[in-house]
Amino acid sequence: MNDTINRRTLFGIGLSLIGGRALAAQEPSTAAPLGGGGADPLRQPWNVGIQRDTVGVLDNDPVVIAIERRLRCTCGCTLDMYTCRTTDFTCTYSPALHREVVAMIGEAKTPEEIIAFYVARDGEQVLMAPPAEGFNLAGYLVPGLVIASVGLGLGAYLSRRREVARVEGGAGAAPDAGTDLTTVGLPDAEAAERLKRALDEVDA
Amino acid sequence: MTLLGHFALWAAFLIGVWSAGLAFFGRWQERPELSLSIRRASYGVCIALLVAAAALWKGLFSHDFNIEYVAAYTSRNLPEYYLVTAFWAGQKGSLLFWAVVLGIFGALAQALTSNRFKDLLPYVAGITNLVAAFFVAVMLFGDGANPFERLPFTPPDGRGLNPQLQNPGMIAHPPTLYLGYISLTVPFAFAMAALLARRLDTGWIFAMRKWALASWIFLSIGITIGMWWAYLELGWGGVWAWDPVENASLLPWLTLTAFLHSVMIQEKRGMLKRWNMGLMVGTFLLTIFGTFITRSGVIASVHSFTQSSVGYFFLGFLLVTAIFSFTLLYTRWPDLEPEAELESLASREAAFLFNNLALVGIAFSVMWGTLFPIISEAVRGSKITVGPAFFNKVNIPLGLFLLLLTGIGPLIAWRKASAANLQRQFIFPVVAAIVTGLALALGGLRDPYAMVALMLGGFVVGTVSQEFYRGVRARHVMHDESMPVALVRLIGRNRRRYGGYIVHVGIVLYFVAFTGLAFKTKVEVDLVPGQSATIESPFGWTYQLTHLGVSQYSSLNRQVSAATLEVTRDGTRVGTIKSEKRQHVDSFGNRLFEPSTEVGLRSDLREDLYVVYGGSPDGTERSHFVIQVNPMVAWFWIGGVVLVLGGILTMWPGGPQVRTRRRAPIQAGYQATLTGTPT
Repeated sequence: MNDTINRRTLFGIGLSLIGGRALAAQEPSTAAPLGGGGADPLRQPWNVGIQRDTVGVLDNDPVVIAIERRLRCTCGCTLDMYTCRTTDFTCTYSPALHREVVAMIGEAKTPEEIIAFYVARDGEQVLMAPPAEGFNLAGYLVPGLVIASVGLGLGAYLSRRREVARVEGGAGAAPDAGTDLTTVGLPDAEAAERLKRALDEVDA
Repeated sequence: MTLLGHFALWAAFLIGVWSAGLAFFGRWQERPELSLSIRRASYGVCIALLVAAAALWKGLFSHDFNIEYVAAYTSRNLPEYYLVTAFWAGQKGSLLFWAVVLGIFGALAQALTSNRFKDLLPYVAGITNLVAAFFVAVMLFGDGANPFERLPFTPPDGRGLNPQLQNPGMIAHPPTLYLGYISLTVPFAFAMAALLARRLDTGWIFAMRKWALASWIFLSIGITIGMWWAYLELGWGGVWAWDPVENASLLPWLTLTAFLHSVMIQEKRGMLKRWNMGLMVGTFLLTIFGTFITRSGVIASVHSFTQSSVGYFFLGFLLVTAIFSFTLLYTRWPDLEPEAELESLASREAAFLFNNLALVGIAFSVMWGTLFPIISEAVRGSKITVGPAFFNKVNIPLGLFLLLLTGIGPLIAWRKASAANLQRQFIFPVVAAIVTGLALALGGLRDPYAMVALMLGGFVVGTVSQEFYRGVRARHVMHDESMPVALVRLIGRNRRRYGGYIVHVGIVLYFVAFTGLAFKTKVEVDLVPGQSATIESPFGWTYQLTHLGVSQYSSLNRQVSAATLEVTRDGTRVGTIKSEKRQHVDSFGNRLFEPSTEVGLRSDLREDLYVVYGGSPDGTERSHFVIQVNPMVAWFWIGGVVLVLGGILTMWPGGPQVRTRRRAPIQAGYQATLTGTPT
């Protein structure tokens, strides 16, 4: 079989290609419809990663996004499902999980039912924020309780120390801010002046 | 070279152990030559580790793929500047990097510290050398941790550097973060030295203050560049994900920030000595804790090194250091009696105390959230991870409280603030906060958290502006200086104070940026060339992005697929934006790693238009894009620069304060002057 192409055929193909492009260029530059062709094949399609799903109507749906933000991607990335599928384009888990969520929304399941499905299947660790019940309560409450306790304890301790200092201090108790420095037991006015200068320096 | 590197590691280890043993158990106080020997050992450790570093870099630059580390993290066609950064790209190299930098810092601490503290320096040398020896020991004795390990064969090319590490941010992020972590060893060593030598006046604080500030600056730079890298390289359009490794870097920053505030109370009032010592010990332990988290694999993280036994070395070191440090602190407890009492809760001391409570409280909650998977696994048998929702819920109120204190602390009087003082200092900042709130409300802001955060930002900026205005005006009146000259001299003569104010402005800018990110918008689209997508900006603009096509070409060590979009804002063309997929290859054209993504970015002070080319649904130019509008992101980077400039100003050498210190050798001197007797 003769695989060669003669010059006339080659010229014809070239002419039709150029003519086709020229005619196409004369058409109004309106956007191609969604899902339509109009896109040339990539020379090296493998260089742009795994094949993506086509964006569907529900991909930007706030309900879907809200659900996916509450669920952890199971690939081990520690991200939520939505962030993972719109960030790590090498992950194969999050697109699959997203398809499941979209399918369940299509079946008219509520967000809580969908969340419950994943908890039943993958365990509580699939949740980005574990429910505030049982031991998980410790997770939420311990920081606040510790900070509040330390704050209260600190306040009580300082009050007690101040009380003790006032009782024990008597005449030697620290003066209030703004007290005349010459009246607080310093030996002479020169010393008071030096102290005042030092305090000014400290404040500066 | 590997033999030389290996030998250098052993030399560093032996010198480090020997000098530490001598520092802790030798009777160097009675033999000055031993004291000198201990200090000189720091230079020996430094030189040995520099030799080891040179050996590894030689291997990297000569493509000696017989070295396992070189084969694992480089390839022949890797650009040369990434051969430099490959040094810290993997577990083994980063351990050596840590040890080398610690060796340099240990030597610098000996060379730069004044002889006034010569009775502390042998202990400082012993501790820094011991820590360096520990890191070398991990390399020598840890399972697969030796960077000079050889392969039984020589591959023709290496496996290349992870594409996510081939980013300018990764040239600076790990080293600066490491510099922050590592330099903390020096202030910790001074704290331990003060305890060991029972020199518990404020001397150790003056000896290590600049080291602590330098650590804080390095940590701040490292964290900010890390955020920048995450924003640009990971393609998720955020800067902070509360990932365990991110949290590990934040923990010492928080406690060090607390220390830098509370240490002022000790310097000026002789209070909080025990607390400051505890904070310094805790901060150092948190750096080791962070290293343990990053290198053990006990908690899942996108940033951590491969799980290895190296983590157990760090766990052991963490426990031993904690026991040793806190036992030492306990034995010196009576020597750390405060010299004054808190006189009023309406005082600067109290404000700083609450500032410490908030900072340490945030550190505790971050640590609790980070460790919760381990705790829940121990209690319930399943690893329950708390996500950003937990961290935000706990830390946002604390962060806002801290922002309030950032404004109150610098203005409120020492010891006890009178009603007149409060009125005089806070009227203008409160008005600034109210005006900010009104302006935002008129601008349509309704989110309560954002409103509070921005009003508090206005309050803090009000306090700082007032301080600058008053200072400049005073100089203008008293010295008849022009306003610009007065400003420059005001800052120059009070670098610590005004540098601190500038840092506060940087913090406000971070809060502004974090607040802005809460309003980001995002859309996912597929576009064929010629087709457009629109996205609304939170500021009310409409962006239209038109897909122009995908071009594919080879560049350096990768094959690039670049998708270009034309951008209009409210109908006006503003330019083009390009996002790439990069398939990295070795010198034989073999594909390395999965294709990585380079985001397309168009940034201004208000918002970033952020485009990620996610690939193709059908192998054509029909392209998948994630388009985001991220408000106020530029203020992270501006805030970072302001913060760091303020920090550098605070620690800049020279100026009147230093001259004063030289005239009066006991700068602890504050107390000496306050209680001193007339001569």
